[in-house]
Amino acid sequence: MLGKTAGSLFWMFRYLERSKNLARLIDAAFRITLTQSQSANSEWASVIATTGAQQRYEAAHDEDYESGKVIDFLLRDSDNPSSVISVMKSARNNARASRTALTRDVWEAVNESWIMLSDILKAPIEKKNLPDVLGLIRRQSTQVQGALHGTMLRNDIYDFARLGTFVERADNTARILDVKYYILLPAVTDVGSPLDNQQWETILRSVSAEQSYRWHHRDEITPKGIAHFLILDKCLPQSLVFSVSELVSTLGYLDREYDQTSDASVLASGFLADLKSTTVEDIFETGLHEFIAKFLSKNGDLAAQIERDFKFVA
Amino acid sequence: MKFYDEMFADEAVPHEAYERYYKWYAAQNSKSLQKKMREAEAVFRRTGITFNVYGKKDAEERLIPFDIIPRIIAADEWDELTKGIEQRVEALNLFLHDIYHEQNVIKDGILPANLVANNEAFLQKMIGVKPPGGIYTHIVGVDLVRTAKNEFYVLEDNARTPSGVSYMLENRETMLKMFPDVFAENRVRRVSDYPHILRKSLSSCAPDACTGKPTLAVLTPGIHNSAYFEHAFLADQMGAELVEGHDLKIENGRVCMRTTRGYDPIDVIYRRVDDEYLDPLNFNPDSMLGVPGIFDIYRSGGITIANAPGAGIADDKAIYSYMPDIVKYYTGKEALLKNVETWRCSEPDSLTYVLDNLHDLVVKEVHGSGGYGMLIGPAASKKELADFRAKLIDNPAKYIAQPTLALSTTPVFVKSGLSPRHVDLRPYVLVGANGVNITPGGLTRVAMEKGSLVVNSSQGGGTKDTWVLEA
Repeated sequence: MLGKTAGSLFWMFRYLERSKNLARLIDAAFRITLTQSQSANSEWASVIATTGAQQRYEAAHDEDYESGKVIDFLLRDSDNPSSVISVMKSARNNARASRTALTRDVWEAVNESWIMLSDILKAPIEKKNLPDVLGLIRRQSTQVQGALHGTMLRNDIYDFARLGTFVERADNTARILDVKYYILLPAVTDVGSPLDNQQWETILRSVSAEQSYRWHHRDEITPKGIAHFLILDKCLPQSLVFSVSELVSTLGYLDREYDQTSDASVLASGFLADLKSTTVEDIFETGLHEFIAKFLSKNGDLAAQIERDFKFVA
Repeated sequence: MKFYDEMFADEAVPHEAYERYYKWYAAQNSKSLQKKMREAEAVFRRTGITFNVYGKKDAEERLIPFDIIPRIIAADEWDELTKGIEQRVEALNLFLHDIYHEQNVIKDGILPANLVANNEAFLQKMIGVKPPGGIYTHIVGVDLVRTAKNEFYVLEDNARTPSGVSYMLENRETMLKMFPDVFAENRVRRVSDYPHILRKSLSSCAPDACTGKPTLAVLTPGIHNSAYFEHAFLADQMGAELVEGHDLKIENGRVCMRTTRGYDPIDVIYRRVDDEYLDPLNFNPDSMLGVPGIFDIYRSGGITIANAPGAGIADDKAIYSYMPDIVKYYTGKEALLKNVETWRCSEPDSLTYVLDNLHDLVVKEVHGSGGYGMLIGPAASKKELADFRAKLIDNPAKYIAQPTLALSTTPVFVKSGLSPRHVDLRPYVLVGANGVNITPGGLTRVAMEKGSLVVNSSQGGGTKDTWVLEA
């Protein structure tokens, strides 16, 4: 398989994962602003910060974080590379570039997503339609994943798609935690005020993990519990440890298929071992922000190593 | 002007080849056909069968209009036609070999020397080069128009990189999905094995350096190219890698592609990049699309390039007018396929004739394509005629002129029913060391505007599924 094709697959699935996570993030923030209108602007500001587009946003709108403007920026602004429309366009361009590696089902799913979303996002989205549109974005991404699972050979093509998915997912979950860490921080022992409770729920909602959390922990929503769940829970597909485990095993499949041990594989194993030997107490002791910053940098290093090992670029 | 209609001999009386189809059509409900028409568009869009229009930012990707009424060719008509096509394609390859070796065709006075020596499409560097398998033009599109039952004319030869074959294949797929019942009643020859035959044909021309099963790649300029969909489609269908220049480099005398496990040699490259951009070391030094040094590897037998560099001299519009003589010269027989009468404006007598009859003629640029920069005399305004006259006088050698042919029509489906439109036909011919293969049918291009003679997709033309019936 061509290195370029592997790179396109990797990025196609990174972008698809990103669009889904973006939709969740907007959805969670939107809910909070509906009930807590006084804190709406700071909520939106934190969403923009999570997507890493703060500078670009403020260049266009100063510090005016009015809902309509933010939503439009996040969904439709083609000058914003992290908007849903930009991310979907990148996903589809990468799908076009790796067309020869995709089954017709996968290609048509991603192409149809693009056609549908670019059509819907032609005009500004009214607030009353926002939940529907966000639902659609998530479903489209899920549909592509479904086509991938259902129709693709389990070979290196599939592996590169999975690597992209989990590098991105780890990144996104970590960023959400990072932006919200100040809510979790002061209250490791607190029961928490109702506002805080809702904020915590937002974190869970942002990664679609509120249900899973309840199944796991019943009603005890504590900062520690949430941090543990999103970072260290082995069963939660959105958790950091889960994503990194997937990266390790996927790189292992590639090692077997290519009869080698890649540098990325070694790096990922070390990454996972460190993560597994960490407790949530350690994390709060060193500081959640420091932990996340380190995690993001390691995740970025791993992505760069994958790119080198499998020759995505010349 | 009276036009030959391929479907109807008389009002509501179909020609024999269309009889079964017409019976089926007459039993359909117009509303449901209209629905099918919309469905077809959705299928094409979802499949991504689009082309990019240069210079139009917002309409970056467009669909080529598809018409649901098939164009049907009878078995005997087709068999007759293929003899002519085969003869012509054979002559094209012999001509190319000769022109890059002995040039007997010039020495024997068939073709004027200056037409070759001063021709941009003639590639000096190909002189004396022996392409693997001995084939120069592996994939040929012969553009035909029809004026009567057995009257076909070659409008032009496409000996470089004829495009559109993916539409031929997808049009059939779409028709099979939408109208399975009509295929049960008509025995239509298959086109779907084209990618398979293409693979075999290209493989038969693998270079000496190839050991084992040949590795094939399609070289594309990239995802922004107007025909990118087709490049990806063909690579996918024939199990070839889809590469761009930056995926390739020269290693140990071979052209190699960067894979996830390192560099692997390629044996045959089906390039969809023009000669000029193929190799910045040998041709245009500014090209970012090609592979530095690929031409040297080609010359030393390390890779097959299809079609061969320099093949464009065979489909040059200035050479075209000599084709009947060229065919006879190489095959020893009269050309079975007719040429359209052509005036070379470089010749003073012809120029005078063309200027006097401009309102009746079609004038084309010798090196143009895609329907750009041409004049259709009968449809032109006084001002357009005057402007073109000035261009002709200014640079006559740049143009050729042809009579306006009475192009045949076939009906397209419109709201009110069937309505005739002009069509042409591009059959696809594959030439390998293993012989010649002509896909039954080809791509029918149809002018979607009533009365228009321009069928090019870049000018709003559409396509139809093309049926060749079993005998």
